[in-house]
Amino acid sequence: MTMTTTYQRRTKDQLAARVAQDIFDGAVVNLGIGQPTLVANHLPAGREVILHSENGILGMGPAPAEGLEDYDLINAGKQPVTLLAGGAFFHHADSFAMMRGGHLDICVLGAFQVSATGDLANWSTGEPGAIPAVGGAMDLAVGAKQTWVMMDLLTKKGESKVVAQCSYPLTGLGCVKRIYSDLATLECTPAGLRLVDSVEGLARAELERLIGLPIAN
Amino acid sequence: MIDKIAPSIADALEGIQDGATVLIGGFGTAGIPNELIDGLIAQGARDLTIVNNNAGNGETGLAALLATGRVRKVICSFPRQADSQVFDGLYRAGKLELELVPQGNLAERLRAAGAGIGAFFCPTGYGTELAGDRETRVIDGKAYVLEYPIRGDVALIKAEQGDRWGNLVYRKAARNFGPVMAMAAKRTVATVHEIVELGRMDPEAIVTPGIFVSRIVKVERVATQAGGFRKAA
Repeated sequence: MTMTTTYQRRTKDQLAARVAQDIFDGAVVNLGIGQPTLVANHLPAGREVILHSENGILGMGPAPAEGLEDYDLINAGKQPVTLLAGGAFFHHADSFAMMRGGHLDICVLGAFQVSATGDLANWSTGEPGAIPAVGGAMDLAVGAKQTWVMMDLLTKKGESKVVAQCSYPLTGLGCVKRIYSDLATLECTPAGLRLVDSVEGLARAELERLIGLPIAN
Repeated sequence: MIDKIAPSIADALEGIQDGATVLIGGFGTAGIPNELIDGLIAQGARDLTIVNNNAGNGETGLAALLATGRVRKVICSFPRQADSQVFDGLYRAGKLELELVPQGNLAERLRAAGAGIGAFFCPTGYGTELAGDRETRVIDGKAYVLEYPIRGDVALIKAEQGDRWGNLVYRKAARNFGPVMAMAAKRTVATVHEIVELGRMDPEAIVTPGIFVSRIVKVERVATQAGGFRKAA
């Protein structure tokens, strides 16, 4: 099959930078494990953002220099981090109260699938025999004021990860506000998808063809 | 005189019954009370239900306890890790029951047990398979699932400093589940690296007041090890 593509996908770093661009000064943000972690490297200079980690940290800083790792100070992915001046530690019930109680401004999560109306599937592919693990995914999805997803738009097989209805086990219903992908930024609304932006040269009609769903302007 | 300082781990863990529900603090390897887990293995209680965020890393600590075959059930949020091979093997062999709980529900169900709450409506997991067939309710337009407390017979936690009344402070993110587990169990045993005279801990900064603690044991400080994640290439 030949198809001329005149557009370029956002790289992982470009995507992280695109997400970071929308994180406002003063925001309290939880960055999920994996790709979302990259967003921290792209926050524009001068924008003060407080990072929350589910295991009881506010004001989480970057990885320590080699040799200075302290494994009592780790992120949700169990990797060593640092604490910024002003940071605080607290127990797990308080940490998740911060999510559920609507105190976090933004959380950025990875996803297997997102529905046009914002249902999220990101914890299990439902494969028989796989050992299930959910961690804080469900708590984060329903708790933050805004839940954003960061992912490639298409699977390796070219299938859209934005779908009419998730086929993978759900993490949360109608919880995703925005999808930041390598090809476009989309908003999930009760009425369906709305286009925020797309990479240069990718028209809305082509995006609709890739996703297989209507996208409002 | 109140003196919660136990002379040894064996003394602090004496009398744990077969079939007990044991709450074990820690997230990844931070805050895992490894000395108490080794003590529990030596103590020998079996048919245990273990509550921990994870299900063991590597071959030591919680993984070693699982390997003894004395654990019937694990209640946790994230069993699958890069080095959770002991759990994986037992689970796949059908030798271990798993109750998978969203992490915040785990924490809040423990807190509820400690706070005397009969059950609570929580939005997490609504509409997902982890809500099971529990009761749901729409309150002010938002949907919730009824969640029940998790009560422990024993909690094993790791703290940094304590005194003979059982007051505790923790170290960095090793605090994690310690305070809520301490509340949720009939008997709470904490390891500390330092025991100080009564009155030396700053009362404004005590994290777990001694009322939630039964025994404290001093253990040598060992640097917390890495575990549970894959190093980026």
